[in-house]
Amino acid sequence: MPDAVPPFAIYLIGALIVPLLRGRVRQGFALLVPVVAFVNYFLIPEGTHWTLPFLDFELVLGRADEWSRIFLNIFTILSFAGILYVVRDNEVLDLSGGLLYAGSAMGVIMAGDLISMFIFWEMLTLAAVFCLLARRTNAAGKAAYRYLLVHIFGGVVLLAGLAIHLASGGSIAFDKIELAGPGPILMFIGFGINCAWPLVGAWLPDTYPEASVGGVVFMATYTTKTAVYVLARTFPGEPSLVIIGLVMAILPLFYAAIANDLRRVLSYCLVNQVGFMVIAIGLGTDLALNGAAAHAYCHILYKALLFMVVGSVIYRTGLSRATDLGGLIRSMPLTCLFGVLGALAMSSPWFCGFVSKSIIMGAAAKEGRGLVWMVLLCASAGVFLLAGIKVVYFAFFSRDSGIRCEEAPPNQLAAMALIAGIAFCIGAFPDWFFYDLLPISGADYQPYTFGHVTDQFALLLFCGLAFVLMLKSGLYPAEIRATNLDAAWFYRRGGKVIDRVMDWALNGINAQTHRWMHGRALPAITEFFSHGPSYLASSAMTPIWKLQGHDADEIAKRKQSVYLRCERGVFPIGITACLAVFLLALLFVVSYVSHKSST
Amino acid sequence: MKTNPPTDDDQKSGWFEKPENVRKLWIGFLMACGLFMILDLVLVVIAFDKHPYFKWQKWPALYAVTGFVACVIFALGAGYGLRPLLKRGENFYDDETSENKDDTDSSESHHSPNHDDETRTDSDA
Repeated sequence: MPDAVPPFAIYLIGALIVPLLRGRVRQGFALLVPVVAFVNYFLIPEGTHWTLPFLDFELVLGRADEWSRIFLNIFTILSFAGILYVVRDNEVLDLSGGLLYAGSAMGVIMAGDLISMFIFWEMLTLAAVFCLLARRTNAAGKAAYRYLLVHIFGGVVLLAGLAIHLASGGSIAFDKIELAGPGPILMFIGFGINCAWPLVGAWLPDTYPEASVGGVVFMATYTTKTAVYVLARTFPGEPSLVIIGLVMAILPLFYAAIANDLRRVLSYCLVNQVGFMVIAIGLGTDLALNGAAAHAYCHILYKALLFMVVGSVIYRTGLSRATDLGGLIRSMPLTCLFGVLGALAMSSPWFCGFVSKSIIMGAAAKEGRGLVWMVLLCASAGVFLLAGIKVVYFAFFSRDSGIRCEEAPPNQLAAMALIAGIAFCIGAFPDWFFYDLLPISGADYQPYTFGHVTDQFALLLFCGLAFVLMLKSGLYPAEIRATNLDAAWFYRRGGKVIDRVMDWALNGINAQTHRWMHGRALPAITEFFSHGPSYLASSAMTPIWKLQGHDADEIAKRKQSVYLRCERGVFPIGITACLAVFLLALLFVVSYVSHKSST
Repeated sequence: MKTNPPTDDDQKSGWFEKPENVRKLWIGFLMACGLFMILDLVLVVIAFDKHPYFKWQKWPALYAVTGFVACVIFALGAGYGLRPLLKRGENFYDDETSENKDDTDSSESHHSPNHDDETRTDSDA
């Protein structure tokens, strides 16, 4: 039995080799990397591996337990589906970016200490920038820049927190941390930025719609779920997470309802679902934490599927906005089918979302959190309406936009089929392997009770009914081309204001200093040193000439002559000799005096 | 990608657009809704134990009503409450740099965004 290797190493090496290959070889190799990683996954034994000494610390690159296992499992599966989805166009940025993304995320998952966690955390940002740049539009380039700004800021916050935490005696152990003191609080916020919390999470719906069609699948999977994993490890049971999660579960849905770009709709719904996981972590009970892990797993599946569906639409039509699309059922029936399956995978019995979301809701109910339960139910309804019904309806049905195009290419369809298949297997047969993956044993849940299934179908049907009635009555808000202000406004517009103030202040100081130094001081100094001695010499001689009784005209003439002589450096030798003697005499006197005073 | 009036070979996918088919779907859908309502009432009548944690979880049609009302609130609240406050022009952020506006899905750039296996044409702006 060969030894397992760190998963991130497989992906990192893969990502570095991909650009060196060409054509079919590159495609085959890229697909092979996740396969190798999957085999490797089964070979990793439980426990702590791959330690590395670093300064005073011991870094742990392989902490294998139930938590890392379930996340590693889905991350590996998704990496294969994602690569399969993009492999046809053979773009280096997509392939290497995706592999790097998967590898970095796995690095965080397997990290056993905070320092290596941080290093891989930052690599996620780099990979995401590749996924954005892979789109090769100006908008994507700008989005990559904004993404970088926000995430570097988040990384700095995290690093500051980590440094303070360590300096005040904390350990680098990647385990539960007490949320007290500036160190842990800063780390908490740093995690939250990647987790797309309210306000700080505005980067997600801002940048995801600009990514490449394959890149966004990786982005949607790895950044936020890694943050969920980290929060579950470090701050489980932290009550403020419940509040944060509740806001995340509700507010973005309003934005999703009025968003035009379908990937922006999906992005807001992503935040909503991550909110579920954050609530679950906040509840902190065994069942709730199991729910968080389960939902992370399932959410990755159906969100990837939905992004792939919209991605295929963009791939074939170049369009992503509800105002521009419609009637694609004619041209892309299979993609539409996968869209419907994606919607079902989110909430319907016999699909994965049902079995995972129910755990979280069950956990909330068990703790007596009635309000939380109700909010989760409303949020489930809302996200089904928006990510499920709205996206599929406006892309494939709605009105005939006249667009005719080809069906999605086979590799994309295969990737979608793979994900849909897994989503179904997990949903229909959760006990088969899925519930065994859940990190905490003994906290069991049975989603398939008769009442629960009928309730859930009723929920979904009546969501659909609400949608249809609103459409028919004309009450449903029309899809229009617009930008809706989000917290991103603060760093986009606000950033501009800051930029202008800084420009006025700092560049103003710069300009003024330039005027003083370069415009005045420097010429004055130059003047002094170039002409000073001449001026001094001629002025020094003046009293002597006066004493000699020369008149003013004569003095002026002599002054002029001495000045000119000085300027040109033309003196009779005698004056130089005289000065030399004078200087030597001065030296003699000074040394005599100092010698005398020291004895 | 082509933009043409519908032709005969769109027949099978045009199935969804024929009024009589839409009517059939609509009736089927309403029947499904009605079915689940009746089912829920039946469960109440036979006092089926849904293992509720809260008293109000026993209300009949709780999920249906919640789903319906929540969706209405999200859609209408967003459209008539949030949108008037937050809506701006589509190119609101575009004076960020000196670049002029471009859409995320228009066909500029070195890489044609619409991939047809046969022909390449410009997409709509």
